[in-house]
Amino acid sequence: MANFFLDNKDLQFHLNHPLMKKMVELKEKGFEDKDKYDYAPADFEDAMDNYRRVLEITGEICADVLAANAEEVDHTGPTVVNDRVVYAPGTQRNLDALNAAGLSGITLPRRFDGLNFPLICFVMTNEMVARGDAGFENIWGLQDCAETLNEFASEELKAKYLPRVCAGETCAMDLTEPDAGSDLQAVMLKAHWDEEKQTWLLNGVKRFITNGDGEISLVLARSEDGTKDARGLSMFVYDKNSGATKVRRIENKLGIKGSPTCELVFTNAPAELVGDRKMGLIKYVMSLMNAARLGVSAQAVGISEAAYREALKYAHEREQFGKPIIEFPAVFEILSNMKAKLHGSRALLYETTRFVEIYKDYIHWSHDRKLEPEERAEMKEYSRLADAFTPLLKLFATEYANQEAYDAIQVLGGSGYMKDYPVERLYRDARITNIYEGTSQLQVVAAIRHVTTGTYLARIKEYEAEAKYPSDMESVYKNLVAMREAYEACVERVTAGDNEQIDFHARRLVEMAGHIIITHLLMRQATEADMYRNPAEVYGKLALGKINEAKSYIFNSCCGDIDLFKAVLDEHVEGL
Amino acid sequence: MKKPLKIVVLAKQVPDTRNVGKDAMKADGTVNRAALPAIFNPEDLNALEQALILKDMRPGSTVHLLTMGPHRAADIIRDAMYRGADGGILLTDRKFAGADTLATSYALSRALDKVKPDIIVAGRQAIDGDTAQVGPQVAEKMGIPQVTYAEEIVSLSDDNGEIVIKRRLDHGVEVVSCPLPLVVTVNGSAAPCRPQHAKRVMKYKHARIPTEIQDMDADYISQMYETRDYLKIGEWSVADVEADDSQLGLAGSPTKVKAIENVVFQAKEAKRLTAADADIDELMAELISSHTLG
Repeated sequence: MANFFLDNKDLQFHLNHPLMKKMVELKEKGFEDKDKYDYAPADFEDAMDNYRRVLEITGEICADVLAANAEEVDHTGPTVVNDRVVYAPGTQRNLDALNAAGLSGITLPRRFDGLNFPLICFVMTNEMVARGDAGFENIWGLQDCAETLNEFASEELKAKYLPRVCAGETCAMDLTEPDAGSDLQAVMLKAHWDEEKQTWLLNGVKRFITNGDGEISLVLARSEDGTKDARGLSMFVYDKNSGATKVRRIENKLGIKGSPTCELVFTNAPAELVGDRKMGLIKYVMSLMNAARLGVSAQAVGISEAAYREALKYAHEREQFGKPIIEFPAVFEILSNMKAKLHGSRALLYETTRFVEIYKDYIHWSHDRKLEPEERAEMKEYSRLADAFTPLLKLFATEYANQEAYDAIQVLGGSGYMKDYPVERLYRDARITNIYEGTSQLQVVAAIRHVTTGTYLARIKEYEAEAKYPSDMESVYKNLVAMREAYEACVERVTAGDNEQIDFHARRLVEMAGHIIITHLLMRQATEADMYRNPAEVYGKLALGKINEAKSYIFNSCCGDIDLFKAVLDEHVEGL
Repeated sequence: MKKPLKIVVLAKQVPDTRNVGKDAMKADGTVNRAALPAIFNPEDLNALEQALILKDMRPGSTVHLLTMGPHRAADIIRDAMYRGADGGILLTDRKFAGADTLATSYALSRALDKVKPDIIVAGRQAIDGDTAQVGPQVAEKMGIPQVTYAEEIVSLSDDNGEIVIKRRLDHGVEVVSCPLPLVVTVNGSAAPCRPQHAKRVMKYKHARIPTEIQDMDADYISQMYETRDYLKIGEWSVADVEADDSQLGLAGSPTKVKAIENVVFQAKEAKRLTAADADIDELMAELISSHTLG
């Protein structure tokens, strides 16, 4: 029996991070549930034992059920029958297996039947689910919606919906519309209060809605008549049992084919307001999106893991010119870089998760009591770090998932291009990750202010100050210092220019910061476990190359350069 | 009114003979148990699933696992509790050791006489001995009917008087009805067992037999046994089941192993075929004539 948790030492390493103690204590609030619930832990060790056991169950299902069904699901896909989505049979079996093991609602409080696990455990399930079937991760990962309800909804709404999520009902977040994609301020779906029925009613169309026919949907709608911007939007929760939506069609996509992407029509659909009016986009969607970005990043890391393993296995087995192809430099270099990027993505994934986790825990504490000044300060600090690291993570993890899948096909060669091997599916599945929940370009927009305000630099300097790296890895450390200096020089040069200059070089700057941070994270891990020495060193080389390239580009470009690229604006297909 | 059932699952902890490495056998030809992980006998998991299906059909029913073995065999009782069983009994005593199928079925039947279940479910056979004898022998000793090679419970009468079971045989299926109480042995082709349930794992992971509880250091967890009865796994000795010593263990086992041979398979004739149609046709003809295919 295969197991995606037990076979993954990297994943287990991250579960044992020193910050876990703090995270568990924040989450368990002094283990106050231990006499109230027969499944609540008595202390830190007991809690950690619970997490390992439950992740082990998840790992087994992901390997034995999800991965086994993935090919069939990819070929069959969901269908629309009588305006409703019917999952591929394999998708339904996946869902049934995870629910039979009681794995839904992993982070939700016990009073709503949840397991009350830290967020990091949910992220780990996302990653393992995606490794088994990336498309299915969408359905699984949408439990994020319940986390948003838990954070912002009234006690009444929580009591109504959260136990249903814990029982295995699925969710959807209905944000985008035909004319509102990246620009959600343009959302038009209308919400109006019906005096007679004493309820909000939703009318309009949503498009590109993942798992749009899920039982519980969070819907962004225009509640304020006559408004055109974000301030007129509120968040609603819609119960599928009301029967007031129709699935008009599902999209035919390149990848993640098991995940139904729906066009939904709302006709006088009764819905309940979540939190405060007019805060829909400004507050709740932002929270939802940050969680979703973490989810997509976990999905990307899961794809990378699957791709690396497929490539590694094949390279050992396939013989050409009388020896396994892994013995050729061209192949072992690809595989080593794949490994470094995989570990680097995962390091960034869990570093970010820890930041998000701690500040979210403080938010939940603050609902019960006033925070002490030092707690408040800590919450603010972690919130800022989460804000800075989330777009960086999404950018790197999803771009790397694409590169890993691309390289995996390359290692498999002609065979990789065929449907006989799963790498072509991974390649198609990976392609959406750097598009949805904010494209890579939008992640750069979110990240650039942490370049200009110095959040990344401060963190890099902190890593540098704390560095107690292995003495025989001194050269990597020296390179890290040099890379940081290069980054500072580039930031100084670019920010001396106008905003257009900053926008133009934004991606280069954000990526520089990311490469340095990932190298530091891997070096920190190498200090604790020998298995990271090789990927840390390989990543260090890769990072150095990228940073020199970016620096060279920035220092060799002047303000006139932008016009060079703007020239394309005057080009039209008709005139070519 | 549908009556709840008292169901007992007979199960065995076995060395995992499905993943045998080089050191699986000792030089004397006996199984090197230390080199093989101890697992829940696979067909006993199929049996447990059938028991849990019956429990789902009859709310209020109980499912207990009965196993004979050393203390560590309590692992499979806990595993069963994680999947839905209410508890279990470990038959453990030096005097049980060395039992063949006859002595094992005697010991189990003594325990079952005490429990008096409505339905006893067991896996068809264990992967270490492959005898498929224990279930039928238990039925014989208890003087109750048996249904072997069961694949599916078809129905159960409202008064629990009669059960209808589908059997999987070599050349087809057979549907039989049988009065209760009875012994059912379940085939590997039956539904796989449901997974361990997260909350049940956390609830029952501290379940222990009394001997283990006594040896624990006093802390929060050791105190749980005072208030949480469900954490106590039954531990029965020869005296507890009032068994006759002469029918137990090595003394009660007429089976004598005459010799054990270590059979090594050797591929003597390796043939390399090309993907040409002629080669494939030839191979097909050969496999059909040797009855490997068809």
